[in-house]
Amino acid sequence: MYSEKVMDHFTNPRNVGEIEDASGIGTVGNAKCGDIMRMYLDIDEDTKIIRECKFKTFGCGAAVATSSMATELVKGKTIYEALKVTNKAVMEALDGLPPVKVHCSLLAEEAIHAALWDYAQKHNITIEGLNPPKADINEDIEEEEL
Amino acid sequence: MSELIYMDNAATTAVRPEVFDKMAPFFMENYSNPSAIYSFAQEGKKAVEDAREQIASSLGAKPQEIYFTGGGSESDNWALKSVAESYRGKGKHIITTSIEHHAILHTAEYLEKQGYEVTCLGVDADGMVSLDELEKAIRPDTILISVMFANNEIGTIEPIAQIGAIARKHGVLFHTDAVQAYGHVPIQVDEMNIDMLSASGHKFNGPKGIGFLYIRKGIKIGSFIHGGAQERGRRAGTTNTPGIVGMGEASRLAHLEMEENMRKEAAIRDYLIEKIEKEIPFVKVNGSRTDRLPNNVNVCFRFVEGESLLIMLDQKGICASSGSACTSGSLDPSHVLLAIGLPHEIAHGSLRLTISPEITREQADYVVENLVQIVGRLRSMSPLYEDYVKNQK
Repeated sequence: MYSEKVMDHFTNPRNVGEIEDASGIGTVGNAKCGDIMRMYLDIDEDTKIIRECKFKTFGCGAAVATSSMATELVKGKTIYEALKVTNKAVMEALDGLPPVKVHCSLLAEEAIHAALWDYAQKHNITIEGLNPPKADINEDIEEEEL
Repeated sequence: MSELIYMDNAATTAVRPEVFDKMAPFFMENYSNPSAIYSFAQEGKKAVEDAREQIASSLGAKPQEIYFTGGGSESDNWALKSVAESYRGKGKHIITTSIEHHAILHTAEYLEKQGYEVTCLGVDADGMVSLDELEKAIRPDTILISVMFANNEIGTIEPIAQIGAIARKHGVLFHTDAVQAYGHVPIQVDEMNIDMLSASGHKFNGPKGIGFLYIRKGIKIGSFIHGGAQERGRRAGTTNTPGIVGMGEASRLAHLEMEENMRKEAAIRDYLIEKIEKEIPFVKVNGSRTDRLPNNVNVCFRFVEGESLLIMLDQKGICASSGSACTSGSLDPSHVLLAIGLPHEIAHGSLRLTISPEITREQADYVVENLVQIVGRLRSMSPLYEDYVKNQK
């Protein structure tokens, strides 16, 4: 059901772990619906380049693979470039996802945004185009169901 | 170890060679339609009736009470929909449970849309139905009680004989979905006051696409599939001779070896549960420890998600299943795990191992060894575990 790239990133995930004293940390998702992603960013103060990006994920194969790929895609980029890494880019880099797993790539995008938001808050800066992370992704899902 | 370790026998089982051999002649040699009059058709007809007798005797039933169907789901649909239709003069109330297979639950929902009222009984933490609640739910307009014999996910065996006695006392029909139990544990329809029973061939080493519905003599329900006089006019469709013959032989073997198989499976089941509990922290065993199918192990690993676990087990040649949402294509984990009161995040980390009598201790050891590693690895990646560890400090 998964592409070879998804299986590769699931089996050998890149950048798993934590960053101590990270510049920004973002946690998105909800254990209730089965996926939680946490992204850690280490950002160079002057250049605003993401030197290091690590993740921890509770979730399915696609959740792990999209987290892994998202960290690869933002590493080495400036925070402004990182903001432009969309879920579509993550999916394409993984050679696609099954339709029921597309939400995992959205979660990966939101995890990056949440970590960038955390960084912006801590350093009292504004990153154009960056919105505050949703408090609880599950709230949206329940609204959709109603 | 590169061999396949199959621990998903609740999903389906392998056809036994003896079963296959018995079916084989009915494809190319004796391919006749048993409904035909010529002598060429007689051998097939006799083989079908022999299978019917075998299945009837295994249940303490009469051959004319066994109706062959296309499988467990059809049997369940037939039982519920036809009782609803045939007994609506008496009432439109049906009692079932929250842990039934979807073949029952979705049929009950369908009937609700048709104007029937369904009481869905909850279960306790072991997945056991309360007899007291069941009896209280019975009303003058109750026409059917349908409670599964044993649960497909957590293996809990329901108090069927007592439920049957309550149903009988109140003059309500009692159907049981015995898809996971038939051929695995002893069932006697008279002793247990079962009026109708669904079973499926491929769950006890028979072929797929064949099942049966036991309907106690005297119960007047209509046919479900219209179009012919097969199965005493109650289930049309050309007789599936190879399927029926295969299921009959599978039934014969299953009952012949039942005692020994139960003993073997229960020993490995208990060994697996004990070893998993001993070697992996934050584990919860789901289902009753005592009233349990001999082949079922169901556990939840906290901080771990089921689909990831299954993919990693697959990479080690181990076939298992999970009640995680990700494996069902929905956002909610298994309705059974939620019904026994597990929070969502724990239910997502469930693992079901359903063994066969052939599974050895060495294979069980191999599975647990891999589980220790995989669960450890997934926890090291889990933000939930990270939070837990930090909060402990």
